[in-house]
Amino acid sequence: MFDFSKNYFELFGMPVGFLLDVAELSVRYRELQKVVHPDRYAASGEQSRRLSLQGATMVNEAYQTLKDPLKRAQYLLSLKGVDTDAGNRTLDDPAFLMQQMELREALANVRGAPDPQAELDGLLREIGDMIKAQVAQLAVQFEESGPEQLSATAQTVQKMQFLNKLHAEAEAVEADLAEAY
Amino acid sequence: MALLQIAEPGQTAAPHQHRLAAGIDLGTTNSLVATVRSGLAETLPDAQGQHLLPSVVRYTAQGIEVGEAARLVAAGDPLNTICSAKRMIGRAVGELISLGTELPYEFVAPEAAVPRIRTAGGDVTPIEVSAEILKVLGRRAEETLGGELVGVVITVPAYFDDAQRQATKDAARLAGLHVYRLLNEPTAAAVAYGLDREAGGVHAIYDLGGGTFDVSILRLDKGVFEVMATGGDSALGGDDFDAAVAGWLLGQAGLSADADRGTLRYVLDQARAAKEALSVQESVGVHFELPQGGSWQGELSREQFAELVEPLIRKTINTCRRVVRDAGIGVDEIEDVVMVGGSTRSLRVRAMVGEFFGREPLVDIDPDRVVAIGAAIQADVLAGNKPDEDMLLLDVNPLSLGIETMGGLTEKIIPRNTTLPVARAQEFTTFKDGQTAMAIQVVQGERELVADCRSLARFELRDIPPMVAGAARIRVTFSVDADGLLQVEAREQTSGVSASVEVKPSYGLSDDEIAGMLQASIEHARDDMDARRLVEERVEAQRVIEALHAALAGDGDELLSADERVGLEQALQDLTRLAAESQDPREVEAAIVQLEKDCEFYVERRMNSGIRKAMAGHRVDEFVQEDGREVD
Repeated sequence: MFDFSKNYFELFGMPVGFLLDVAELSVRYRELQKVVHPDRYAASGEQSRRLSLQGATMVNEAYQTLKDPLKRAQYLLSLKGVDTDAGNRTLDDPAFLMQQMELREALANVRGAPDPQAELDGLLREIGDMIKAQVAQLAVQFEESGPEQLSATAQTVQKMQFLNKLHAEAEAVEADLAEAY
Repeated sequence: MALLQIAEPGQTAAPHQHRLAAGIDLGTTNSLVATVRSGLAETLPDAQGQHLLPSVVRYTAQGIEVGEAARLVAAGDPLNTICSAKRMIGRAVGELISLGTELPYEFVAPEAAVPRIRTAGGDVTPIEVSAEILKVLGRRAEETLGGELVGVVITVPAYFDDAQRQATKDAARLAGLHVYRLLNEPTAAAVAYGLDREAGGVHAIYDLGGGTFDVSILRLDKGVFEVMATGGDSALGGDDFDAAVAGWLLGQAGLSADADRGTLRYVLDQARAAKEALSVQESVGVHFELPQGGSWQGELSREQFAELVEPLIRKTINTCRRVVRDAGIGVDEIEDVVMVGGSTRSLRVRAMVGEFFGREPLVDIDPDRVVAIGAAIQADVLAGNKPDEDMLLLDVNPLSLGIETMGGLTEKIIPRNTTLPVARAQEFTTFKDGQTAMAIQVVQGERELVADCRSLARFELRDIPPMVAGAARIRVTFSVDADGLLQVEAREQTSGVSASVEVKPSYGLSDDEIAGMLQASIEHARDDMDARRLVEERVEAQRVIEALHAALAGDGDELLSADERVGLEQALQDLTRLAAESQDPREVEAAIVQLEKDCEFYVERRMNSGIRKAMAGHRVDEFVQEDGREVD
């Protein structure tokens, strides 16, 4: 099938880098799936079906990775030999960690607020803005990409992980509020 | 048999011979079959002109009745007449009871994984009941079209879990049908609408059938149907409306809720008739005979009905809210809401759905037929009858998949709403020194605790070399194919010890059981089994031959050297001759495998060439670079 050693950017024929035209990525994703998806091989032999299953699986994985800024950053770092999945890194930024604790506390208190939904909307917006700021930070850091930049970039990625998790938890609270209503 | 008309060696088969394919909507209450003829998708009627086949099967000592004949006598013979098999498929008896499903049947060994129902015609499983329905529809299509079906697309609720999908596929196997694809019902409906309307943008499909509820959000773009999120309840539908009305009727008539089965079925029928009447009139008179003699007469108004069913509809609206959130969009971005399933005829349902989405729902295509029509269109494409067709359906897995970790917690490996096909791996380790085996419990669901999720399978990885706790690296890989079926593999990284399962044992049938059932359904077991296999292998050989002929005609000159081409033509002729002459299915099977091996390099070149063509015309530096991520 196609070359599994290709990196995800090459697979889509796009430049390796953090700045990425996501709309164009989606267009190419659909074009690629039109070629490799198992439904294109429903009437073919067993072997073509198997190959296409592997190909479509890889295209899906590549798309999910590149589409999301956090996963894209992690993937780019992994191409440079930095593993951000390992859970043994420490984040050396007391101010950021303090802010995280405050946000978590605010989230825990949302239910008791006079207007929980309004409170939550505010929190979600705040977290969303912080994520945007980290994305912008990543864009700058990947541009500079000196060796000493790598560890700073990895730190930003870690902050993104914190924020994304918090955002997901805030959404879960929102879901609970909606059910109760 | 049209399919087995094999071309003379050396003579090329017509590359675009029309293959007979059908779409089947296997519903809780009614089922349908549809096909594409002269470019038009339509449902097929039976000899009496009826399109809907009631999903009811009656087993008697004399034989099996399917459809209207069985439905008419259901109240008089409740134990032997199986309705709503779809509600039971892929589930255990205990689970059905905990879901509160109305089950007027007698179960053999209620603790068994696969429910067996005792009937006058023998013990049957919901899989076999569904197979009977599929057989009737398959036969209807073959008689109408005048030939054998090469493949079918069967629709399932998007929210069906792995066990329910496996069981549905098993039923098709029992019915002797080749399944191209299990297609999600909402996606099928979108296909039926999308192709007719050339619609782009984001659409919601609200599908409330007899026994299942689904809602999906899809993005349509140049023939690609991308499911963004899906959700639902595989045990909620029009049957529950009937039950709510029946409960009210029983109360009004002073009957007890545990009346005998015949009476219950009779009152349920009255309730269903009243519900249907309310779609066209303001109120309906109900009149029925009481078991102790005499009769009861009353009136059911739209308001009363709305009050009875509103809690059920509200449950579906809550699901809609969650799915819209999962799709990461606002309700106002949804352009259309398509209504599917007989229960969306209820005016109260239409009103509440319209209110939530803020627009009038679409009801242009008969909600009973729209799913079958979409399935037929997809089957036609999958059969290769439209080589230039651009349509592609990208479905998602409806429920998160994961495994049990220490303390009965779920570790999610593939989150819900991930586009299929997908494969994800995660590493785990041992928790005791010298541990040599590990049990892997595969679960499906959204809850944190394993006890609250659906257990799909359990298997063991053995012969792990003894190491200190935490040193072993066990990589568990989940793969889900385009049908939504899961396969799990576990491998210890340092030693390479591996174990894998195709997930099905907990609630499906084992391969042996299926083989046994197939055998039992064939009179002269051994000979017929061989004959049947020979036919199947010949069909498969024909499929491979046609695909290769078509490929060679298309790009053989471009991608192959003269020598390579001669080699493949020769291999093709060999298989063609063997498939025609051999009486041994194993020999034909081996020859197919050989041919596929011979043309492996060619298949790879073709896919690569396809990818190159798809990416051609794009230059790396052609667009303005910007990050398109939006945070909501």
